[in-house]
Amino acid sequence: MYDQERGSPVEIFLVEDNPGDVRLTEEALKESKVLNNLHVAMDGVEAMEYLKRQGKYSDAPHPDLILLDLNLPKKDGREVLEEIKADEDLRRIPVVVLTTSKAEEDILRMYDQHANCYITKPIDFDQFIEVVRSIENFWLSIVKLPPV
Amino acid sequence: MMDEPRGSAVEILLVEDNPGDVRLTQEALKESKVTNNLYIAGDGVEALAFLRKEGEYADMPHPDLILLDLNLPKKDGRELIEEIKSNEELKRIPVVVLTTSKAEEDIMQMYDRHANCYITKPIDFDQFIEVVRSIENFWLTIVKLPSD
Repeated sequence: MYDQERGSPVEIFLVEDNPGDVRLTEEALKESKVLNNLHVAMDGVEAMEYLKRQGKYSDAPHPDLILLDLNLPKKDGREVLEEIKADEDLRRIPVVVLTTSKAEEDILRMYDQHANCYITKPIDFDQFIEVVRSIENFWLSIVKLPPV
Repeated sequence: MMDEPRGSAVEILLVEDNPGDVRLTQEALKESKVTNNLYIAGDGVEALAFLRKEGEYADMPHPDLILLDLNLPKKDGRELIEEIKSNEELKRIPVVVLTTSKAEEDIMQMYDRHANCYITKPIDFDQFIEVVRSIENFWLTIVKLPSD
């Protein structure tokens, strides 16, 4: 809207184990005015392999934005956030926590661990899509993302 | 929008030395659907005194959200964010950097220092108001603030 003079698509990395939420996120992002590619990891171990470009992810693009669920198989989103924000190469990537948890403990802990923002998932489908669109609009057309 | 409304007003601290930008921000926030109080600090030293509730700021509220300019008298916004994000009491408050600087170095350094997001100020008045409205809409109605 104001500033997307970037030549390449925005690479978004979604860490989410619920296929329904993955699909809704894909749908909402497909309608974006800003060209973007969505990459999905369904558990925390896969997410870290992707981010560190291990194994089959050796050619994976460096994400510009991460959408992170908290309750994930194998490695929890809380641990994933801690690893991202402690890693010199990854910590500047904005992380949007998108979770069903409304627990105050999670909200406080995630901000303390430098989540860039915390959003609770609405249960209603249309509201979920609205929230993803708000994230897309704010982070892709208002915010300056860190240069890769 | 998505959630039950909070009981009290959202307390916003704007750290900004340009009176024109202060006024435009006030105007944009006045129209918010979410009740909010805006406090202004005109330089970095005053901002820190406000946040630490020193002297005349003893009765000031703990802000829910900080809007931070970078080029400030007395103490720079770059220093200020470092102090906020390394202080146990303050680090969880989301900091939205709102600046004229488009320097890559600033963008990277602010994300590395855990700014929650980085936004460049449009020069055009109407676009500036639009940007403040986007910040207001995203942070006050979509995001769960740590104080919610």
